Amino acid sequence: MNSITEKLLGMISNWNGKYEGAYNIRENGGCAGRQSTEHIKIENKEGAPGLEIRILPGTRGESVSIPACITHGDVDDLVYNDFYIGEDADVLIMAGCGVHTETGEAARHSGIHRFYLGKNSHVIYVEKHVGTGKGSGLRTIDPVTEVYLDEGAVLEMDTAQIGGVDKSTRNTRAELSSNAKLLIRERILTEYDQWARTDFEVTMNGEGAGTDLISRAVARGNSHQEYTSKMIGNGPCSGHSECDAIIADHGTVTAAPALTANHGDAALIHEAAIGKIAGEQILKLRTLGLTEKEAEAKIVEGFLG
Amino acid sequence: MLEIKDIKWSAPGGVNVLKGLSLEVPENKLVVITGPNGGGKTTLAKVIAGLETPDSGSIFLGGEDITKLDVTERAKRGISFAFQQPVRFKGITVRQLIELASGGTLKEDGLCAILSRVGLCAREYIDREVDSTLSGGEIKRIEIASVLARHTKLTIFDEPEAGIDLWSFTSLIDVFESMRSSLKGTLVIISHQERILKIADEIVVIADGKLKDKGSADEILPKLLGSSADCTTCAKKEVYLK
Repeated sequence: MNSITEKLLGMISNWNGKYEGAYNIRENGGCAGRQSTEHIKIENKEGAPGLEIRILPGTRGESVSIPACITHGDVDDLVYNDFYIGEDADVLIMAGCGVHTETGEAARHSGIHRFYLGKNSHVIYVEKHVGTGKGSGLRTIDPVTEVYLDEGAVLEMDTAQIGGVDKSTRNTRAELSSNAKLLIRERILTEYDQWARTDFEVTMNGEGAGTDLISRAVARGNSHQEYTSKMIGNGPCSGHSECDAIIADHGTVTAAPALTANHGDAALIHEAAIGKIAGEQILKLRTLGLTEKEAEAKIVEGFLG
Repeated sequence: MLEIKDIKWSAPGGVNVLKGLSLEVPENKLVVITGPNGGGKTTLAKVIAGLETPDSGSIFLGGEDITKLDVTERAKRGISFAFQQPVRFKGITVRQLIELASGGTLKEDGLCAILSRVGLCAREYIDREVDSTLSGGEIKRIEIASVLARHTKLTIFDEPEAGIDLWSFTSLIDVFESMRSSLKGTLVIISHQERILKIADEIVVIADGKLKDKGSADEILPKLLGSSADCTTCAKKEVYLK
């Protein structure tokens, strides 16, 4: 494993020189380390680059980390990772991605992650994306997340992309059975000439299914972000989505939420707001002794925190 | 301690709001500024804190001319300002706001000491965001806690009773009464409320952009109490100028 990978691992995951629990480190398309545990098995996927991660039923309190790092330009890495989570399991999954290039050549990582959650299982899924290095080579991360939640399963997804990534297309799809819950918290910061698109589609099929989707975005410099979400209720379910964006400098944001209720007892709510930082927020923090710049930084830090 | 000399301020539309107002606020006293709506009380508070810039006149704090200092510089000199409509922040927690106000990280007992002064339990609130999930009464208390955490020599409250329900109001008065009993520094409260006026060391009446009257609570309050004095059952009693 090279030193750039080590640095990226620290930024995108809970790396402290090693991982606790199961892990697989992907470095420039290859494997730089792997460990399965008694309850979490990581194996190569057949017929395509990537992994099959099987978490045995009833596994509780364990974690699996599958970070991917690109450490130089002229790499276009595509990976398919499938997670099979057994009934009643309760685990933490970390799957960050770091892309580094300094040569002026482009570097790209596309991670296609599919999650199959068994009945009454619970997963916290943490995904951090960063781009580092100098030069004009485009740093691109295009994650695809597909989620299939069986009865009573719960997925809490926490995904963040805080600067450094020039181009990103993020697709998340989910299907929920009865009493399944999906909680998504997304934070994206773009600056300079960066561009990010995020696209959610959640279909709630079963009675008692619930979704809470919260997306917060900051677009500054000349950057641009697009947000679309589709929430579909096919049964007695409840869904809430909220996208808030702060724009600064010449940053622009487009938000297009959509709700579809195909059942009389589907209750769906969407809230959206785009605007610059409210002047009164800056004033309040200035009355506490912060300068205008410090106040703006604190507001953005809290908003994306 | 605070000296305001001949302050004039006109609204962007050209309406003269403060028309040459002068006032001295003594040290370590509780001063309540009252008067009819539109008379210039909130504008005066904002001018003192630096949120509005006067057209003319000057302001001295502890002998220093602070007229040209901006909001941040005045805050650093020891002025705190509690907003009439507290500002809400998505993503900033009560803990973070109180820590920003106090100027450093605080342990739970430190946060507890501050929040208990406004009747809130730290454990229930420190991780909550200062956003729309807080009720009017809750955010008002957190606003007050954020200025108390600064321990400054001058603290200004702009109509703390505004926009809260009766139950929150009653306990808010208790907060100010307890602050009065352990007063450190100078408190300036803009208020219409009799119970707040009663605990003042000094009442200042501002009307039509000018200082109309000034004196001890015993001296000024009887002059202010008009028809509202007939009503003894309403806890949220406002006083009006005769």
